[in-house]
Amino acid sequence: MNAPILAVRDLGKRFGSMTAARDITVSVPAHQTVGVIGSNGAGKTTFINMITGHLRPTNGTIHFEERDITGLRSRRITAMGISRSFQVAQIFPSLTVFENMCAAAAVGRAPKNFMGHLYTPLRSRESVAETETLLELFEIARYRDTLAATLPQGVRKLLDIGMAVAGSPRLLLLDEPTSGISIEEKFDLMQVVMSALRSRKITVLFVEHDMEIVERFAERVLAFYDGTVIADGTPAATLADARIQTLISGPRGKGAASAIADV
Amino acid sequence: MAQRGRIAAGSAVLVAAAAALVLPDWIISLATIAFANGLVVLGLIVLWRAGLVSFGQALYYCIGAYAVALIGRANGVTDALLLMLIGGVSAGLVAFVVGFLLARYREIFFAMLSLALSMILYGVLVKAESLGSTDGFSVAAPTFFGYAPHQDKLLVALYWLVLAVCAIAAFLVDAYFRSLSGALAMPVRDNEIRVEFLGMSVSRLIHTKLVISGLLAGMGGALAALAIGHVDPNMSYWTTSGEFVFITILSGAGSVVPAFVGSLAFESLRSLAFAVLPQLWQMLLGSVLLLTILFLPLGLGSLIMRLRWRRRADAS
Repeated sequence: MNAPILAVRDLGKRFGSMTAARDITVSVPAHQTVGVIGSNGAGKTTFINMITGHLRPTNGTIHFEERDITGLRSRRITAMGISRSFQVAQIFPSLTVFENMCAAAAVGRAPKNFMGHLYTPLRSRESVAETETLLELFEIARYRDTLAATLPQGVRKLLDIGMAVAGSPRLLLLDEPTSGISIEEKFDLMQVVMSALRSRKITVLFVEHDMEIVERFAERVLAFYDGTVIADGTPAATLADARIQTLISGPRGKGAASAIADV
Repeated sequence: MAQRGRIAAGSAVLVAAAAALVLPDWIISLATIAFANGLVVLGLIVLWRAGLVSFGQALYYCIGAYAVALIGRANGVTDALLLMLIGGVSAGLVAFVVGFLLARYREIFFAMLSLALSMILYGVLVKAESLGSTDGFSVAAPTFFGYAPHQDKLLVALYWLVLAVCAIAAFLVDAYFRSLSGALAMPVRDNEIRVEFLGMSVSRLIHTKLVISGLLAGMGGALAALAIGHVDPNMSYWTTSGEFVFITILSGAGSVVPAFVGSLAFESLRSLAFAVLPQLWQMLLGSVLLLTILFLPLGLGSLIMRLRWRRRADAS
């Protein structure tokens, strides 16, 4: 088996006397789609923030493509190929969808040094072509010239994730991609996102509260409780676990069971 | 600015240069000061696009001017181009140093801190008796690569130099606006978190803008010192900074050319106001500012945009 793209060992984070995360050991092979579940305060976002360099772990190590990235600054980590999207979409409200995506595409392709940023134009033939491709891929091309501030919630989310993909990451962390989206739209949105990410061969970790979404889209589930991973396995096995049902997902209905059968 | 815009701007520069041969002296000297100040405004536009308003641009303007005056006095350097470069670089260096502090602040804190820095310089200059205290001191007449003109000819030579510097600065800043570093100004204004997570350092982007604006303001100050032939601490006073902000509002931050049009309009307006209403000239300026904010919130530059939209609307 190939070396894992992400290897986390004994990771922990304390804020004073409060332990936000402890003893997390996980390894993710390339191209896997991993769902991260857990109730609020279970340590999911702390886990993501440590991988992206937003928080410095108190102990433990994080390796990305066999390189130690523990405690590096978030910008360095982004440059190495880990990107993220946000629970609340982070976009540029006074720019159009095209301009939003083009800014992300141009930064993603520019040389990573001061002079490079001065002589590379924002709108080059390559960055514009990449922008058009991404707008098609995330199915938001018809909003091309709409101001981002006026977009419906689902399109904002797609734009946010698309901008994270514009930097050509190899690992993408999605923090609650379906939060704030109506139940009817959730599946369609995830369908668009997941097929886009699969076509770009990106390894994905996504935090999700909706167990039906997890069962439908994740190949593997990490269940967080009290700052650590208490279960790690296929969605079917993990969500059937009585302990997970009590602590996180609640008793499962028949609908969920038949959804697994489809997958 | 598209290719057509660049050709139009280039022709405008040539016309302005040729006009020096026919225009009366007082207009040439007014335009010289206006265009020198236009460089400062261009620097403010660079910051403005990232959502930053500096109420202390007079700091760099004054440093540029005093650098010229001091170098001229101490070393007898009189070459205008060299002096202007020294003035610009001195101000740029100061901007680089204080940039480490300023780049961390935004909005009113940024505005007030930059104002405070310029007032510190004002305080120092007022106390410095060797520099003439509040009276300042005079600047020797410049030369141009060994050519030492007098009176009318000096006026025109300086005007042409200012025009050339403005044209080059406008061209370079326009290129900067299209570069990644420059074009990310609006994204920085909108959402710094996202810019950081795209992998760019916001504080470095802003620091770069501070140095560019300091450099431009320093060159503007240096050229103004040569044109006026005198420097004094008022060049660093907050009302000087306020005037630059006024012109920036008048010009608009859409592109580079309005900085100079706005500056010329402001200087003309001030001369006119002074001649027509010697007691109430400030009231007239204030009214113009009010009208600009009410009816032209995007500045003079937006007039061209409106014209273009109308033409496009007519065409379709």
